Amino acid sequence: MARVTELRVNGVRRRMDADPDRMLLSVLRDDLDLTGTKYGCGEGQCAACTVLVDGQPMRSCITKVGAVAGKHILTIEGLAPKDGLHPVQEAFLEADAMQCGWCTPGMILGAVALLRHNPDPSEEEIVAGMNGHICRCGTYPRVVRAIQEASRKGGAA
Amino acid sequence: MITRRDFLSAGGIVVVLVNDLEAQESGGRRGRRGFGRPMPKAVSAWLHIGEDGAITAYTGKVEVGQNSRTSLTQAVAEELRVKPPAIGMIMGDTYLTPFDMGTFGSMTTPQMWPQMRKAAAAAREMLVDLAAQKWKVDRASVRVADGRVRNGSRSAGFGELTHGQKLTCTITASEALTAATEWKVAGTSVPKVNARAMVTGAHKYAYDMKRPGMLYGKVAYPPSFGAKLVSLEASAAEKMPGVKVVHEEDFVGVAAADPETAERALAALKAQWNPLAAETNSRDVYEYFKKHAESGPPAGVQLTPYTVAYIAHTPLEPRAAVAEWSSDGKLTVWTGTQRPFGVRDELVQHFGLAEDHVHVFMPDTGSGYGGKHTGETAIEAARLAKAAGHPVKRNWTRQEEMTWAYFRPGALIEVGGTVNPDGSIASWDFHSYNPGGAGLASPYEIANRREQEHRTRTPLRQGSYRALAATAHNFVRESYMDELAHSIGMDPLEFRLKNAKNERLRAAIQAAADKFGWKTRRKMASQSGVNSSVTGFGISAGFEKGGYFGCCVEIAVTNGTVKVVRVVEAFECGAIVNPEHLHNQVEGAIIMGLGGALFEHIDFAENKIITNRLSRYRVPRFADVPKIESVLLDRKDIVSAGAGETPIMGIAPAVGNAIFDATGQRIRKLPMAPNGIGGAANASAAAVL
Repeated sequence: MARVTELRVNGVRRRMDADPDRMLLSVLRDDLDLTGTKYGCGEGQCAACTVLVDGQPMRSCITKVGAVAGKHILTIEGLAPKDGLHPVQEAFLEADAMQCGWCTPGMILGAVALLRHNPDPSEEEIVAGMNGHICRCGTYPRVVRAIQEASRKGGAA
Repeated sequence: MITRRDFLSAGGIVVVLVNDLEAQESGGRRGRRGFGRPMPKAVSAWLHIGEDGAITAYTGKVEVGQNSRTSLTQAVAEELRVKPPAIGMIMGDTYLTPFDMGTFGSMTTPQMWPQMRKAAAAAREMLVDLAAQKWKVDRASVRVADGRVRNGSRSAGFGELTHGQKLTCTITASEALTAATEWKVAGTSVPKVNARAMVTGAHKYAYDMKRPGMLYGKVAYPPSFGAKLVSLEASAAEKMPGVKVVHEEDFVGVAAADPETAERALAALKAQWNPLAAETNSRDVYEYFKKHAESGPPAGVQLTPYTVAYIAHTPLEPRAAVAEWSSDGKLTVWTGTQRPFGVRDELVQHFGLAEDHVHVFMPDTGSGYGGKHTGETAIEAARLAKAAGHPVKRNWTRQEEMTWAYFRPGALIEVGGTVNPDGSIASWDFHSYNPGGAGLASPYEIANRREQEHRTRTPLRQGSYRALAATAHNFVRESYMDELAHSIGMDPLEFRLKNAKNERLRAAIQAAADKFGWKTRRKMASQSGVNSSVTGFGISAGFEKGGYFGCCVEIAVTNGTVKVVRVVEAFECGAIVNPEHLHNQVEGAIIMGLGGALFEHIDFAENKIITNRLSRYRVPRFADVPKIESVLLDRKDIVSAGAGETPIMGIAPAVGNAIFDATGQRIRKLPMAPNGIGGAANASAAAVL
């Protein structure tokens, strides 16, 4: 398979040169310095590495970069316009939905994808939709509240 | 920003807070006009108000998600009468901040928080002095409010007063601290001060650090604990472009320009290891504790054994460090640690450096829970960087994190007791093997008690964990309290209140029971198809590190599967510093505690960790979370204590007592239900003892 020489990340075409078998997480963090996407487990168990690929949440730690060449990749850095916040980011601040913050970018992108798919989720649907995300600090109830609040205010998609 | 070195030459106002003990030893001189004296050694905090009015506070404490950055900012803002965003808080930097033992033991709030307030209060009084001199008025007519110094209709900003000044003040004891009942900023729900950088991904954690010319390091660990390196064939790796192989005795590592090359180089190493014979495994370890104990209970006492498994902290950001050597032999390390000065000392010792040649900086870190006290990644990165002649990043993978970090200790705890017909406890015997001494003493009134820690050997590396041994001890104590209550047919709440004399403990128990509706609780048996669900209620209480709690839970047991439905925990730790963040800590501790209560356990055998990744080690997730109500008791008349640890202690025994209530089955082990309850899971535990 050909080397990956360009990625479309956060609306920008980024020149690069990567083995297609490398994981997207490493390319984002180490090559493109987009460190808002976090490593947590390397086996798709914790979702700290969640990014959106053509709008779908993907675990970048188990996604080969060759599989996403030419697709639209959205990381936490590109979620809101510069100096602005996305409604889901605002809802996380409002609900104090973090402690150490390591899981937060992945949680937010997971929540954005959930709300795009289902703008008015029930609590059970939020729990089911977010269950792949781990927060070791245990802020889960606050994340649920943040998603409910973002849903209530609308415009989260 | 000022460094330790140029601290005394800085313009503006500098307040140095000296450790009380040293001040007493040196004669106890205090005062706000100690200009020109040499800087004392035992400084615990300092504060600077620049000639531009910028306020910067310095502390060796660190932020790992417990929101100490916010609470300490509140402390300074309160006493300086400014808004929190006006304050810069420099934390955990061995070149910039005073020495600090480390961020553990819930000490930030009881120790550093008042020290920050004292420093800020002293600075406030200096500003009052400056204004009184400038305006030639009595200082009693000058006050500080809303970030300005005021006298009648006159006012001045801090920068106007400090401009052209160079004042140093050394304080040792009480300045005029604002009473909790008068707090304007402290005691309120100030939002997390750097939360925005977390939701945008802008915050740089140690794992995210990058330096010019930086290489990526990997380490070849032995396949099992204690194995010795017999031989190493590294020529294939050494031939890879840009790869540096480091081999120093048993340490084997590689550094390369990108992480993939480093991985390939590591895989190309052919190392032979001589394994060490294993002394025990996770099934037999409780007998091992007993066998190797340095002491034991007196003969003839009837005791019931409980066990607690080793568990892993599993901070979501694994341990990480970037190390960089300068041409003059100085070492700078960025790392996520609860003890930046401790890691500095490890580096000083390992490399034989002068203390001031090692600079350790700790960015706010992706959690620790007591697990990040040591400097493994810092030393690995520095070794590789020294050999490679480039900065090196050493980020542990999850598998490395779950193998080479230390664990929360496993425990064998034997307990016995007798109870009088009126419900008072007549005797209490409590013998603990391995977990440590925290929380060993019962908070209940018992005249005839023997509580002993028996030191023994640990087959795994073990260390600090949120609340230390208090979680294990409280699980056993509060489970056995339930056993005693049932032995005389007394309600578990009544039994606790009968034996709890401490007013704060009683208030916490009562508050939890009231909110929960303990006295009016009713079991609702439900039947749906083949699944019959049984309800159970459980209660627990305790005290540790200045915090008191009562905890009530409702569970549902369906075909052996335990679901925690509702938790009410009342918590009291003196005057509340930040209510929203305290709620967040209590909720988070309950959820983290659910993992150790129900399913978290490290399996090991043949000196290897079997549960060494998240697909093999279950931690609490969204679907495990019950409805949680945290009830905060605000005691403005009591000095604030920390809250990062103690709230984790209540959940396990309350759930265990609820399982007994639901099923009649007493589970005397943590975790209680790794594969549900009943049948094989418990039979194997019984076989151990």
